[in-house]
Amino acid sequence: MQDMGIEVLFQGRNFVRLLEGLWVTVRISVFSVIVSTLLGIILGMIMTMKNPLLRIITRCYLEFVRIMPQLVLLFLVYFGLTKMFRINLSGEISAIIVFVIWGTAEMGDLVRGALTSIPVHQYESGKALGLTTVQNYCYVIIPQTIRRLLPQAINLVTRMIKTTSLIVLIGVVEVVKVGQQIIEASRLTSPSAAVWVYGVIFFLYFIVCYPISILSKRLEVKWRN
Amino acid sequence: MDFNFIREYVPYFVVAAVLTIRIASIGISISILFGLLCSIIRYFRIPILHRLIDIYIELSRNTPLLIQLFFLYFGLPKLGIVLSSETCAITGLVFLGGSYMAEAFRSGLEAIGNSQIEAGLSLGLTKSQVIRFIVLPQAISISIPAFSANVIFLIKETSVFSAVALIDLMNVAKDLIGLYYKTDETLFMLVSSYLIILLPLSIAFTLIERRLRHAGYGN
Repeated sequence: MQDMGIEVLFQGRNFVRLLEGLWVTVRISVFSVIVSTLLGIILGMIMTMKNPLLRIITRCYLEFVRIMPQLVLLFLVYFGLTKMFRINLSGEISAIIVFVIWGTAEMGDLVRGALTSIPVHQYESGKALGLTTVQNYCYVIIPQTIRRLLPQAINLVTRMIKTTSLIVLIGVVEVVKVGQQIIEASRLTSPSAAVWVYGVIFFLYFIVCYPISILSKRLEVKWRN
Repeated sequence: MDFNFIREYVPYFVVAAVLTIRIASIGISISILFGLLCSIIRYFRIPILHRLIDIYIELSRNTPLLIQLFFLYFGLPKLGIVLSSETCAITGLVFLGGSYMAEAFRSGLEAIGNSQIEAGLSLGLTKSQVIRFIVLPQAISISIPAFSANVIFLIKETSVFSAVALIDLMNVAKDLIGLYYKTDETLFMLVSSYLIILLPLSIAFTLIERRLRHAGYGN
């Protein structure tokens, strides 16, 4: 065993570069999560309206986005949109567009589920106690909705971070791409670097996602009733 | 839209779709069995094993499939374990799917109250009979919605198999875009292929869920 390949990680700035790549991943997903949360809340409210036309449109959007693999959506935006409208989108911008479109659909469905799971008697007893509509929402409905929504919304964040690993396939330089560059650069000096680099990336994703999913699980247990 | 182009290259997509379906069905079947096994081990808290499975589930649920595949396909050969792309894809899918299925079954198992098990035992059933005739049938029907969501999710995840050199739908699409620059036609075929695979499945699952819920109201 003259060469383990692990020392590649500590040569030069390799490890720092991996972390910088991870930062690109996290940045894209955090940005998309924030935008899609805002849009998703609006979408969820629209979906609870009684208007049949709006219902059909939102339903079609939701089903299409949820049924397409995220990689297909990335291809549609990165290759399709750019050619159709003759615009030049960078990989990072198209990734953000896709994650916002996808996240909005997922979030909208979560919001809709949370809103419709509040029993009607909650609205009615609020009204019977003499609360105004605004008070009713502020003190009765929204606190309950948030309790049902937040654990799943946090779970969506981890799903989004995991899905951002796909953007390497449309040429965004993030943690996986940096890993590949490191492997290629040290191909001759340490051929077995791949196992270490991919292993480290695997654990980097785990370190980022694990606390978030623990938080989601805790909140779910805490707010069960 | 160039329909001649579409007609000419549809067979490529059919072949790729068959490959996707084949790998997905093998991978998903194994992961259902694996997940069921894991959830039973966790449910009965079999010593040591259930700790290992807890670790496995956390690891696999908190990392993306693409990285798992890269590790299997590019990493493991350096340690002397060479897997073909197909084995790699199936292994990756089972590694990911097993934990998701285990979680789905776990929620079903937890929904079965202790009174059910105790009632079974007091009727003189053995422990394995209680599992087979009382716990599993109820647990499985409760976990159907989560289970069907997982099946759709796993089929969607198969789209990353192009990254380990498997000629699946994404790979064919990428090739055609690169070779002929017929982006619109290729993407149209790509989207339709996935719709043809996933839409009937999604509708079928919705119907099954509705039926099961309908049955649940009878209690």
